[in-house]
Amino acid sequence: MKKSIVLYMHVHQPFRIRHYTIFDAGNDHRYFDSHYDDRTNNERIIHKVAEKSYIPTNRMLLSLLQRHPEFKISLSITGTLLEQLAAWSPATLRSFQELTATGRVEIVGETYYHSLAFFYSQTEFESQVNAHRELVQKLFNQTPTAFRNTELAYNNDLAYWADNAGYKAILAEGWDPVLGWRSPNYVYQPAHTSNIKLLMKNYKLSDDIAFRFSDQNWVEWPLTADKFTHWLNESGDATNFNLFMDYETFGEHQWGETGIFSFLEHLPNEWLKGDDHTFMTVSEAADAHEARDVVDTPYTTTWADTERDLSAWLGNPMQHQSIIALYELQSSVMQSDDVNLIHDWRNLQTSDHFYYMCTKWFNDGDIHAYFSPYETPYEAFMNFINSYHDMKFRLAEKGFTV
Amino acid sequence: MLGWELPPYNSGGLGVACYQLCKALAKNNVDIEFILPYKADHNIDFMRINSAQPKGVKDIIASGIAYDSYKYVKTDGTIEWVDIYGQQAAYEHAVARIAKNVEFDVIHAHDWLTFRAGIRAKQQSGKPLILHVHSVERDRAGGNSGNPLVREIEYMSMLLADKVIAVSNHTKKAIVADYGIPDDKIDVVHNSMDLEDFEHLSGDTSHTYIEAMKKQGYRVVVNVGRITIQKGLTNLLYAARKVIDKSPKTLFLLVGSGDQERELIELAAQLGISRNVIFTGFQRGKRWRDSYAIGDLFVMPSVSEPFGLTPLEAAGYGTPSLISKQSGVSEVLKNCLKIDYWDVDEMANQITAVVSNDSLRDELHRNVYKEYIKLSWTDAADKLVNTYKKHTGAVRV
Repeated sequence: MKKSIVLYMHVHQPFRIRHYTIFDAGNDHRYFDSHYDDRTNNERIIHKVAEKSYIPTNRMLLSLLQRHPEFKISLSITGTLLEQLAAWSPATLRSFQELTATGRVEIVGETYYHSLAFFYSQTEFESQVNAHRELVQKLFNQTPTAFRNTELAYNNDLAYWADNAGYKAILAEGWDPVLGWRSPNYVYQPAHTSNIKLLMKNYKLSDDIAFRFSDQNWVEWPLTADKFTHWLNESGDATNFNLFMDYETFGEHQWGETGIFSFLEHLPNEWLKGDDHTFMTVSEAADAHEARDVVDTPYTTTWADTERDLSAWLGNPMQHQSIIALYELQSSVMQSDDVNLIHDWRNLQTSDHFYYMCTKWFNDGDIHAYFSPYETPYEAFMNFINSYHDMKFRLAEKGFTV
Repeated sequence: MLGWELPPYNSGGLGVACYQLCKALAKNNVDIEFILPYKADHNIDFMRINSAQPKGVKDIIASGIAYDSYKYVKTDGTIEWVDIYGQQAAYEHAVARIAKNVEFDVIHAHDWLTFRAGIRAKQQSGKPLILHVHSVERDRAGGNSGNPLVREIEYMSMLLADKVIAVSNHTKKAIVADYGIPDDKIDVVHNSMDLEDFEHLSGDTSHTYIEAMKKQGYRVVVNVGRITIQKGLTNLLYAARKVIDKSPKTLFLLVGSGDQERELIELAAQLGISRNVIFTGFQRGKRWRDSYAIGDLFVMPSVSEPFGLTPLEAAGYGTPSLISKQSGVSEVLKNCLKIDYWDVDEMANQITAVVSNDSLRDELHRNVYKEYIKLSWTDAADKLVNTYKKHTGAVRV
């Protein structure tokens, strides 16, 4: 059996909430529309990211797919991003469709709204997964057979659900306390499941690309495809190297100037020099390999921060209050039968809103700050909670007691 | 060291800043002779305190706040009330007299009232003069140009000084803009807080009524400070009107006195929010501490605040802050809400958010308290000692 690289990239943009005040609540229901020049303007961000990342990366990926018949990748693309691309950058959407048209790009299933609904409402979670599946079928003409939850938030319950839902594979962080002595470079079976396989991110190798690539203080800088392939060759017994990362690594988190595109361009060539080397999509890897062992994950892991838990989204009382308040509206929102109201409510579920409220390390001005369009986590909270108040106003207008 | 006030005879932040700064300097083995314009027992052992009394005056008794007249008791038993300009001139002459008899290496003067005295001492001794600017006239005039006499003193003194210390970048910019003093003549030394001097809360709160209202679900917004145009309280009341429309169970507690007090009481009435706005007058001690503690949010909406210690004090007493971006303290404090002082809508929006979300209040305080406990004057003292050494020709450490 050939050794494979399983390159999986997650593509997402939220609908960011504009500066939305308590005086807007009840008067203006457009939470996600700011002036084009504002930091929170979603259209402007789509244009910027498309130019820096999506367009050049897709061009590169398409050319690699054409050059190397063995090259394959997996992508998960959220509904919130696909909507924005359809509205503001249709050329980018077409370039993703060109990738999937090659037949060697697998689209992984997830929640349409990039939400944490799994932890708050099973029915809402399933509606969002179904909505995402339908959109993928419509745009990419394929039905997801692998599943990833938002932020790779994973536990036994999720695996059990995905198994029953018929997925072949599910993705999780290859977190040491869960793996123990085991290597992430194999396929596993989640505890208490029958058929589904578990693919766990090799975070060391993935983060070499996603985080450390441009770090000039890193001893391995500069990282070349040659060097990286050499590490894979040296890592001994393995069946699959799970390189999972944000798609925006290419051109956005790591700017073009760092040489990240050149790295991507040369990786397939270097890797495929080995006779027993290939690329697989996540579902192919699940089909190709027997599970080496059963992995038990009773508590939730994610791919974020040093804690690998949900604390970046739910770690402080502001985050907690916000998400609980939002899900409390579920039954009234659904009963309202108002498409716009439901859509807004779901867009407010996007995990990014809670991430922006994170106060861990706010004092150090770290990675959280880089990804936030707000100056402080408190500002993020205020915009969110005022939007929530407006949701309540709209529900009250329709006669619901909230 | 030339200063106008020290606690407990202080009217505001200037006295506290001078006191704590001197204490940190004393720890750095700086020998300080502090000259005040009045006579009183301050119970201070880390420096010598001298009162600058003109010839023929037995006692100078400070009264009220800094800008009020002082009572001069003359040796012949007669009494004279002297206004701020008179005091300033008297101080200048007395300092000149003291400077002849005391040995010193550097003159460090705090704010315009002492600047002329500083110049005199420099002329007489030839020693370097360092001017410490806690506020400029434009700040005190609430963004207007202010008193031309005061401006003249500030301008001339800073021109003649060897070094100017500004308490914030905000103040440094104002000095450059208003007086054309070269950028590199001005160093920024941020104020801080001395946590050793923190006085804990004790017993039941003195705000019995407000405490009872809080149990009824009210939330309390507090301001502590002089009630004067510089502090931007007019905008706070306009914002209060909007907050109360959204969250009727909100009280605004204004602790302090000043020339704008009556005007604001009338404005609150005009806006129809008198039942929600409480004026306590000037307070110190337990009532002052309890005022910070009773708040759910401290608001400092100053039009121009060279530094502004009150949000730090509020953090110590368990209350997070909303401060204007036009303040020096906003340069050092991260975990607080910040607004432009003129943006009444945004002020109202953010106050409403805090009074209607305890989780926001608690998270703000939890994080600002982490900043608070790290505060110390050590950095400021170190910077100043280096400045002294540079200007006295001593070897730098």
